[in-house]
Amino acid sequence: MADAALASAGTARRSWFAGNALPVVLFVIFAALPLLAAFKAEGYVLSLVTRVMIFAIAALALDLLIGYGALVSFGHAAFIGLGAYTVAILGAHGVNDALITLPLALAVSALFAWATGIVCLRTKGVYFIMITLAFGQMIYFTASSLAPYGGDDGLTIRVRSTFAGFPILANDRALYYVCLGFLLGTYLLCRALIVSRFGRVYRGARENALRMSTIGFEVYRFQLAMYVIAGMIGGLSGFLLGNATDFVSPAYMSWQRSGELLIMVIFGGIGTLTGAIVGAAAFLLTEEWLSGITEHWKVIFGPLLVVVALFAPGGLIGVAQRLRGMLRG
Amino acid sequence: MSLTLLLVQTLNGLQLGVLLFLIAAGLTLVFGVMDFINLAHGVQYMLGAYLAVMFYGLTGNFLFALILALGAALLFGLVLEFAIFRHLYDRDHLDQVIATFGIILFLNQGVKLLWGASPLSLPIPEALSGSVVLMPGILYPVWRLVIIGSGLAVALILYLLVSHTRVGMLVRAGATNAPMVSALGVNIRRLFMIVFGFGTMLAGFAGIMIAPILSVEPGMGDTILILAFVVIVIGGIGSIRGAFLAALLVGLVDTLGRSFAVDILRLFMAPSPARTVGPAIASMLIYLLMAVVLYLRPTGLFPAKGRA
Repeated sequence: MADAALASAGTARRSWFAGNALPVVLFVIFAALPLLAAFKAEGYVLSLVTRVMIFAIAALALDLLIGYGALVSFGHAAFIGLGAYTVAILGAHGVNDALITLPLALAVSALFAWATGIVCLRTKGVYFIMITLAFGQMIYFTASSLAPYGGDDGLTIRVRSTFAGFPILANDRALYYVCLGFLLGTYLLCRALIVSRFGRVYRGARENALRMSTIGFEVYRFQLAMYVIAGMIGGLSGFLLGNATDFVSPAYMSWQRSGELLIMVIFGGIGTLTGAIVGAAAFLLTEEWLSGITEHWKVIFGPLLVVVALFAPGGLIGVAQRLRGMLRG
Repeated sequence: MSLTLLLVQTLNGLQLGVLLFLIAAGLTLVFGVMDFINLAHGVQYMLGAYLAVMFYGLTGNFLFALILALGAALLFGLVLEFAIFRHLYDRDHLDQVIATFGIILFLNQGVKLLWGASPLSLPIPEALSGSVVLMPGILYPVWRLVIIGSGLAVALILYLLVSHTRVGMLVRAGATNAPMVSALGVNIRRLFMIVFGFGTMLAGFAGIMIAPILSVEPGMGDTILILAFVVIVIGGIGSIRGAFLAALLVGLVDTLGRSFAVDILRLFMAPSPARTVGPAIASMLIYLLMAVVLYLRPTGLFPAKGRA
């Protein structure tokens, strides 16, 4: 430990890169991909990776809750749905400008997170998992009953969001880079949040809530604030998803979808942020790859998850770290 | 909202409640004693139904099918426990979620591969296929009464087992403080296996009993799993008594809500919005119930003693 500290003090610049190599490489790949894909199957690659980035945003939000606060939310897909439905419903009334729809999507998500967070955060552990699930189901059934907006069948989004009147999202490549920008912004925001004083109190509450409250922090308020932030990030990803798929349906917020988000975060490695992005990419790309091989891809994917749970605690990031540790002796 | 309809729907609600209890009983024990989140409990219910259909096809006799399917469900549960679950007891809840979610994916697709995606059906045993007259003019299917009866019987047997036998005593002790039980020299791993196998068998039993009135299809376990979780959370994790009362409560609230929500709403609002809002509120009712219960009592109605 002491050696490592000395070494890192001596070569601060290089070790910054060593610690951030993975996210830097990830974002460089994301940024370069459309250029490479321009030679082959551009539309397919763009839409697939756009999807990856959108779910990575939602997974980042969930990692804030799970990885840093031990708040395992089993209803996070609700926020994706709220964001997407805001775009769709306003679109149905002829309001398409992101300057209106995006703030509103964030506000709706924040409001829902605040109202449910008040109730959810009274409970702990497994009960928290279940009550977030309950609220997720409530919003799911609400969407199913929205007969004027398609009910169970969902609703087509005819026009993608414009920015101050400019239809910049209409181009798939532009949409891709907008998603990338939001992903990068979200990632940096999450990192900043975690190292901030607010984030340190919040993480302290995960380690020992009693101790944190004894030294004078009202833990509940910090957790509620983080829950609202995570909800808004979820709403953001819903806003983007609605635009990317031109469609929204209650299935966006089914409990299976919330489960998939959880799997993405665990798959990548909780409490690392980078893991959330890696997990979303690994989950969606594996799904895509296997479903190309056989329509019964779940027969392969299911056992794969079991193997990850049994032999790779800490997810992909955990495995990578252990491999690196082994190589260095 | 006639009285006869109310009576019939109350019985239907009881039947759903009893079914939920059969599933929730195993889930709450596995959860309470081993602190293990088993999302795969729902697919074990589905598997029970499929096995019953298969064995009925082989033997042509419901009773044989029942016994064979129960045995096979138990065997399958024990294999799962031995191969996978036992390695996850000491792990984080999240590892358990990901593994059991994987098993759901595998089994839902697996039954599709083996038996096809289209729904199957299981005939009701002939002797029990008729209806009885409850009151003049009201017929009620015998099979639903059989489900209610067998569920209540299982509840009684469970009560006797849990509160009057040595194994039951250990199970209760385990739900309160498993490490202490282990420290006192009880082979806790074997106890876990017994509890797990028994829970699996009950879920399978529920699947077999419901198969004649529902269609047997992939994914049938997913919705019931969520309902069973609602039940055990309302009842208090680890508590059989809580699971029983909560299961009946959820069954009744859900069934009665679905049949009368629109009628009740029409007392306050115009018929057309009532028809839109009613079904949504009806599907939400049990989740509202759960949210309210957890808000007032964050550990459920009857938390097992000693669990915070």
